[in-house]
Amino acid sequence: MPSLFQTILHGRLTGLLVLGAVIAVLPLFLPNNFYLDIAILAGFNAVVCVGLNLLIGYAGQISLGHAGFFGIGAYASGVLAGNYGWPPVLALLAGAVFVGLLAFAVAKPILRLKGHYLAMATLGIGIIVSIVLRTESGLTGGPDGMTVEPFRIFGFELYGEKTWYWVVGALLVAVVWLSLNLIDSPMGRALRAVHGSEVAAEVVGVDTARFKAAVFVLSAVFASVAGSLFAHYAGLITPAKADFFKSIELVTMVVFGGMASTFGAVVGAVVLTLLPQALTVFQDYQQIVLGAILMATMVFMPKGLLPTLAALLPARRRA
Amino acid sequence: MNMRTDPELSLDAAPVARRDGPPLLRVEHLSREFGGVLAIGDLSFTVAAGDIHSIIGPNGAGKTTLFNLVTGVYKPSGGRVLFDGADVSGQAPYRLAARGMSRTFQNLQIFFNMTALENVMVGRHLHLNTRLLPALFRFPSLVRKDSEARDRAAALMAEVGLSKYLDADAASMPYGALKRLEIARALAAEPKLLLLDEPAAGLNATESREIDAVIKKVAAGGVTIVLVEHDMKMVMGISHKITALNHGRKLAEGTPAEVAANPEVVAAYLGAAP
Repeated sequence: MPSLFQTILHGRLTGLLVLGAVIAVLPLFLPNNFYLDIAILAGFNAVVCVGLNLLIGYAGQISLGHAGFFGIGAYASGVLAGNYGWPPVLALLAGAVFVGLLAFAVAKPILRLKGHYLAMATLGIGIIVSIVLRTESGLTGGPDGMTVEPFRIFGFELYGEKTWYWVVGALLVAVVWLSLNLIDSPMGRALRAVHGSEVAAEVVGVDTARFKAAVFVLSAVFASVAGSLFAHYAGLITPAKADFFKSIELVTMVVFGGMASTFGAVVGAVVLTLLPQALTVFQDYQQIVLGAILMATMVFMPKGLLPTLAALLPARRRA
Repeated sequence: MNMRTDPELSLDAAPVARRDGPPLLRVEHLSREFGGVLAIGDLSFTVAAGDIHSIIGPNGAGKTTLFNLVTGVYKPSGGRVLFDGADVSGQAPYRLAARGMSRTFQNLQIFFNMTALENVMVGRHLHLNTRLLPALFRFPSLVRKDSEARDRAAALMAEVGLSKYLDADAASMPYGALKRLEIARALAAEPKLLLLDEPAAGLNATESREIDAVIKKVAAGGVTIVLVEHDMKMVMGISHKITALNHGRKLAEGTPAEVAANPEVVAAYLGAAP
């Protein structure tokens, strides 16, 4: 019998059902809106991380600029729906299309780079986005940020933690489903082949530049959609959501949870969203304890949380 | 191509019948230099369709550079490569793969982040729907063809004697099995021309004979083969034609018997005084 962890790691639909079940029963154990709020933030982070994991964990390319794409999505919704009165759905789609085009435009030149150079280039994109958001204060409100209209669709207004919890939960399940589908497909294998050996992928016909660009665009669009919805949920956005530290946090979540594991990315995002909250009991030493936990995890679990836990369990089987 | 029959390896050494077809690969005045050093210089030769054509030469003769030039991994400094009637000089490897060229590597290039079967399935890339939207939403046609590709990859693994490694992680497989895995992956693309870069290097005598049998079976299935190999027993036993290189230039060319008798080839290998 494959264990629960094995099922989550390797089973496609069973893992999805487990995730759906956890999301469905979780509110019963959350005493108030404060905890719901944390769960929602974890959900948004998880959506971005599942996309980022396709790029980092599966295709083996690094991005230190994904908070920039999250930020563009957030501000596209804030500006277009707020200042220009667009329907929020259109603003969200416009943001996603813009991010997709931007990611596509920068993908071809930068994804030819490898290792440190790719990291530097993506870092640069994130920093440029962050600077633009800070300085274009006429549109974005500058460093103080801007308020965002509530999300309205077909006359309904999404309001309150309870509603948003289900919206984000459904989005996360959808994104995980898409990610699992992609990985278990010819394109998904091509992406993993790019990670394994670019030259070997090329000689069996994989246009590696095209697939690297495609997964970069896809992960950027996931981040943008999450950013748009986050903006409507939070009602207030600041450039800090798009800056370098946020990008690093997202990459850390992916690596911490376990690279090349969709559910690992979810677990990483959830744990690293909760951990700072749980560590507030350490008061002044909170950051030190957090850093120590991260270091210990990477030293003793170099493959990340979920794959390491799964490997500890007996009866290893593939779905 | 008849790839599915006879899953057991036959180890007899019967020579492959020579077909002597029209040229499939033509290399014309090819040269490549690295920082002023000539790795390949003014090299011309022709590979006939259906042949097993070996490239031999001492270490550093330019054999692997030649492979990299022909398969598009390097761009030539001069000269042309014609494949199946078209000038393909300097084309990217993935474009050449689409034209029907595939290869293996001297230093293994395995996807260690996948299972053995998935490695071979990547070889089916050109024959599958690799677009994003059908993958994201799991179109039924994509799923069906993917499951066919899985069966076909498993059959190819049986063909090269890797049945027991179907679901093994590639990272856990022994060296000799990985050599054969590369051949299975290259064959999954259904190439017209297969370039094998030292398929027997690092193998023991038994494994070498198994590779020998695999190559002959692939050739018998209609795939033209260009072989770089140091195992002279294998080269002399299975080649229709041999091109000998030294210092990036052609030293001799002919049947195994002709090349073996050529005094310059003997001198290049043994280092006799000029």
